[in-house]
Amino acid sequence: MVSLKKIAAIFAVSMLSTTAMAADKLKVGFVYVGPVGDHGWSYQHDQGRQAVEAAHGDLVETFFVEKVAEGPDAERVIERMARKGAGVIFTTSFGYMDSTLKVAKKFPKIKFEHATGYKQSDNVASYSARFYEGRYIIGQIAAKESKSGVAGYIGSFPIPEVVRGINAFMLGAQSVNPDFKLKVVWVNSWFDPGKEADAAKVLIGQGVDVITQHTDSTAPLQIAEQNGAKGFGQASDMASFAPKAQMTAIVDDWAPYYVARVKAVLDGTWKSGNTWDGIKPGMVSMTDYVNMADDTKVMAKATEAAISSGAKHVFSGPIYNQAGELMVKEGATLDDGALAGMDWYVKGVEQ
Amino acid sequence: MKITLEKRAMASNFMTYASPIIAIGLTVVIGGIIFLLAGYNPLNALYYYFVDPVMSLWSIEEVVVKATPLVLIGAGLAICFSANIWNIGAEGQLTMGALAGAFIPVMFTDWQSPIGLVLMLLMGVGGGAAWAAIAAFLKNRFNVNEILTSLMLVYVAQYILDWFVRGPWRDPKGFNFPKSVDFEGWQLLPTYGDGRMHIGAIIAVIVVVILAIMMSRSMKGFEIKAIGNSRRAGAFAGFSYKSMTWFCFLLSGALAGLAGIIEVAGPAGHLQPTISPGYGFTAIIVAFLGRLNPIGVLMAGVLLAISYLGGDGAQMELGVSAKTAQVFQGMLLFLILACDTLIRYKIKFSVSQKSTEGALV
Repeated sequence: MVSLKKIAAIFAVSMLSTTAMAADKLKVGFVYVGPVGDHGWSYQHDQGRQAVEAAHGDLVETFFVEKVAEGPDAERVIERMARKGAGVIFTTSFGYMDSTLKVAKKFPKIKFEHATGYKQSDNVASYSARFYEGRYIIGQIAAKESKSGVAGYIGSFPIPEVVRGINAFMLGAQSVNPDFKLKVVWVNSWFDPGKEADAAKVLIGQGVDVITQHTDSTAPLQIAEQNGAKGFGQASDMASFAPKAQMTAIVDDWAPYYVARVKAVLDGTWKSGNTWDGIKPGMVSMTDYVNMADDTKVMAKATEAAISSGAKHVFSGPIYNQAGELMVKEGATLDDGALAGMDWYVKGVEQ
Repeated sequence: MKITLEKRAMASNFMTYASPIIAIGLTVVIGGIIFLLAGYNPLNALYYYFVDPVMSLWSIEEVVVKATPLVLIGAGLAICFSANIWNIGAEGQLTMGALAGAFIPVMFTDWQSPIGLVLMLLMGVGGGAAWAAIAAFLKNRFNVNEILTSLMLVYVAQYILDWFVRGPWRDPKGFNFPKSVDFEGWQLLPTYGDGRMHIGAIIAVIVVVILAIMMSRSMKGFEIKAIGNSRRAGAFAGFSYKSMTWFCFLLSGALAGLAGIIEVAGPAGHLQPTISPGYGFTAIIVAFLGRLNPIGVLMAGVLLAISYLGGDGAQMELGVSAKTAQVFQGMLLFLILACDTLIRYKIKFSVSQKSTEGALV
């Protein structure tokens, strides 16, 4: 036992020396729901983390834990980061919301940033991107490029964020082809390449020739590539995985937000809040429009410009729900509160 | 040249108990080499995996929280495996236990009473046992291989849970996110300490003690070992293999179900589509690492829990991949099975094609 104690002591000393060196830096923690190698959602958040390191250099020290299950494990990982002395912690999945709030209550001096949730507190801010703006554009592209007139949509969980994306896609598609059809398949996971691929195969087997997904892997796009169908990158540019199938990708660019929020913590000006940025501030961007007809490209670019300038609001009336009831009047637009809690589908969604 | 495994005349008693220690040692050495090759300081990495998680009180509490389901399930499986009965579906029994126990807080959201909590735990036990009974029935009645049925029933159980949390039991205020209502007050296990440590850990220790006494001091324990060593010899002694199958499945299922409801009424606090990161499967490693001995299972469960927390720490401090913790667990099981095999068999290289008597491979 003596030798064991000695070994532990040697370890402890070597640990102390490394922690002492980093004592002055602001520690910034990131919790990811998928692996950083998903080339989608978690990958983009990690790009943001790297941007924070690049921008603030010696002032910060960043670290992350990947593949953290939503639930008890998440709470442990977040608390561990807090106990490690993190100054600000970014929790990057909807399902971390309650765990984040619980830990934040215990550590009032630490700032927490939770992605895509709807609950805030004095030291928990929320942030999300208006992905639905991109969804509207790809809906238009899908309707114009599809020969069968049916698109497939691979969903994760029917939470408002995902429902909103489906509705925006459908409204975009209907603006081109009022009879456009959309088949939705749920895989009940944010990241499950196997299930996502199976869903894509099933959809293609049912006559779908354009696929989009609200999951984090590149699998659906790769299946589209193999089967001569078209698709879109989600969260990240996935062109290298599907050079012929990807028509464009909706890219989440978290870097500017992360850099700014960490700077606010460094400056002591951080305040809780709810940030929801779209194409105009650059939190959402579209990659090059390729693998489509020239007039489709022109239309997509025009729509992107209109959304960016504010001339076009995706959820502007008249909008009907599945039962045919008028949800948004002609000339009106849905406000952020209604968007945040969206729990109904627009007319034409088969779900 | 042919390589065969030949049964040793007598396995060394000392080596049988040394086997897990050797396996852990080899895991640490091979793990260290992997870290070295990947460009990390191996001592640093091993420190974060195995020492750091027990260096603070909060962290020790979290180890206990993580070990509780592993120990509960592993102890039941150890009994099962001792009798040569293979319940591989503890993950499914855990799921059904959680579902059955959650019936009370989901259906009677306002009922606050210690009786409610006890009922929850009992229903968890019943749910797990009932699910395990399916595999036991199929084995006894139709002689269906229990490894297959118990494993396949895991997926069935997970889909049933999924249907409940997405359908009838979904939290009406949860913005469509697939989870049940949050449990409150007496619907949760009492905690102690400043963290999430709950009375489930005490229940697990009590279970371990009872099972250890049963195995070493009671007739039932003798019966289990007799049947495990030789089904035929057990039959001559008048022990029924069929009732042993029932006993083992009901016991291990009940404990897995208890682990499920303890997890849900403990750290989780609500039902969600995935309530366990594979505790039912990791517990198989725990059972073997613990020498199929309840006290050994307790120690093995704690060790595995430490490796989970070590995985978090190593990612945070060193930036190693989340997969590394799983590699460690897989390596551990592989090495312990390898050690066990080499203790009971010796490798024989023979040039002739004729296989030796008693050869396994």
